[in-house]
Amino acid sequence: MFQLNKENVLNWIIGLSLLMMPITALILDEVYYVNLASRITILALAGVGLNLALGYGGLVSFGHAAFFGLGGYVAGISAHHAFEGTNFLSVIIEIPGSDQMLLIWLVTIILCALLAMIIGLISLRTEGVYFIMITLAFAQMIYYFAVSWPTYGGEDGLSIYVRNQLPWIDTYDAMTFFLVCFVLLIGGIYTTSRITGSVFGSALQTSRMNAVRLSTASIEPLGIRITAFVISAVITGLAGALYADRIGFVDPSMLSWHRSGEIMIFVILGGVGRLWGPVAGAVLFVCLEVFIGGVTERWQLFLGLVLLAVVLFAKGGLIGLVAGKARHV
Amino acid sequence: MEQLLNGVQLGVMLFLMAAGLTLVFGVMGLINLAHGSLYMVGAFVCATVTASVGSFWIGAVAGILAAAGCGAFVEIVVMRRLYGRDHLDQVLATFALILIFSEGTSWLFGSQPLWLDIPPMLKGAIMLPGGVQYPLFRLAIIFVGLIVAIGLYLLISKTRLGMRIRAGENDREMIGALGVNISALYTIVFALGAGLAGLAGSMVGVLQSVQVGMGEPVLILAFVVIVIGGIGSIKGALLGAVLVGVVDTFGRVMLPTFFRLFLPPSDATSIGSALASMLIYLLMIFILAVRPRGLFPAKH
Repeated sequence: MFQLNKENVLNWIIGLSLLMMPITALILDEVYYVNLASRITILALAGVGLNLALGYGGLVSFGHAAFFGLGGYVAGISAHHAFEGTNFLSVIIEIPGSDQMLLIWLVTIILCALLAMIIGLISLRTEGVYFIMITLAFAQMIYYFAVSWPTYGGEDGLSIYVRNQLPWIDTYDAMTFFLVCFVLLIGGIYTTSRITGSVFGSALQTSRMNAVRLSTASIEPLGIRITAFVISAVITGLAGALYADRIGFVDPSMLSWHRSGEIMIFVILGGVGRLWGPVAGAVLFVCLEVFIGGVTERWQLFLGLVLLAVVLFAKGGLIGLVAGKARHV
Repeated sequence: MEQLLNGVQLGVMLFLMAAGLTLVFGVMGLINLAHGSLYMVGAFVCATVTASVGSFWIGAVAGILAAAGCGAFVEIVVMRRLYGRDHLDQVLATFALILIFSEGTSWLFGSQPLWLDIPPMLKGAIMLPGGVQYPLFRLAIIFVGLIVAIGLYLLISKTRLGMRIRAGENDREMIGALGVNISALYTIVFALGAGLAGLAGSMVGVLQSVQVGMGEPVLILAFVVIVIGGIGSIKGALLGAVLVGVVDTFGRVMLPTFFRLFLPPSDATSIGSALASMLIYLLMIFILAVRPRGLFPAKH
């Protein structure tokens, strides 16, 4: 299956350099850069999630921060109760908090899937701009809910005092935590590549290009789209859970529309509908942020200019620039 | 009564924003996230000019002109290249413009919030029938909004420019072929929308502080408005704006009171206010679920 073309070579380069960065940093004893690499990896995972809906399914969701933030809040709330030894729910049954990442991930997956199912069922009835706006509205709704709900800190957010645990592994160690993130990222990319190679993946891409044609093949586009939307949301939600654990803090800004825009930027900077596109995009974005931010306080201004230039003049993103147009699948 | 007027006043502000957005989308098919930045530019220029000249009226005119000028510049440099692109590119490019505008504004004007005083002519309150005091300035905003709505209606339906705008909505190649300078028309429409955003920004500067990022909450509300009203429809924008303004204002006042009927006060306040801040999004989702193209879908 593996072909030695420009895009695959580039993918290997991106993946290996992301892996080499913290290793080099560790040798040089610069823990800051190990943490930076974890940040890139987590954001890339969020982008990989969105890419499935946006890149392959053509579903321009402007509300993926909802899932990112939901994942973050699952990690935060669970850790909060585990830390205080209180119950999350003690009305009919007792649900205590937990500091086990595996359990948190499982809950994140279930909740994100449910939320995406609800949002998808309503918003996928609409198309085009309406879809963009209704996904944005759902995310805003959850954002304002988090801001005005005082139990878990409201606007001030919630601290995770002790990073959540994995069995047999010390998640406190920066390098170990990076590797956990990296394994999940590879998992996300592998899932995406398996999906695009499957019958479901072909149906999804056909639904983007020509929905009527898909219907004539007696496949209902709505079902395909909802499934893709749910899987996409789950991947982004997992990234959110990791993100909250990395910074030890969760607040409504994880749910804000800026975050949705940022995740979208990773996908587009790297190249829409490219397997490794979001990774390339996240690497480029965070590097720009760090390097321009090191030179001038006004980094957002220059970041904006770079983004604008990419959108106007470099269609196909970074991977499109190096590897040329995508092969038609 | 007072709350109803507050709701209408919020609705009118939203209408000024939404009219520009919906016009730009209807005619050019462009999603402009940077519309809130033009509103911010209007507010900043108005506050600065008012502070140095001493007259709110000159300040407001300066704010409108600055926003319209910025709009025309952005249209010529950036937006023009985006008309034929898909919505994804438009969202991203205008998102980048927000970053540029926000940083640029805090660079030029400093990051301290600015304040505007109510112009002396509109100070004080007025007695409404029914014996309620209501601030004169808020009434003036409602009045300005109604004038703009009527003016826009006349402009679009009665003048030559309006005819061209409507024609441009229907078929851009055809009116180009008939000798209308389509790119100049687009610049005018964009500047018009931007000027309305500048007007809204100038007026709102009196009610709240002028600061970087002030445009974003309003922008999102304006999007909710045009989606509810049906994108591209001015009538829909007006009705949607007033609906959103009234529902939001009443929700914030009534929901906590409502929950107090059967819940302890502290819970009632938190649940009520949390639900109130979600209310208009629920409204939008409900309307879109029933009518996926809004209340007054523009005919294409």
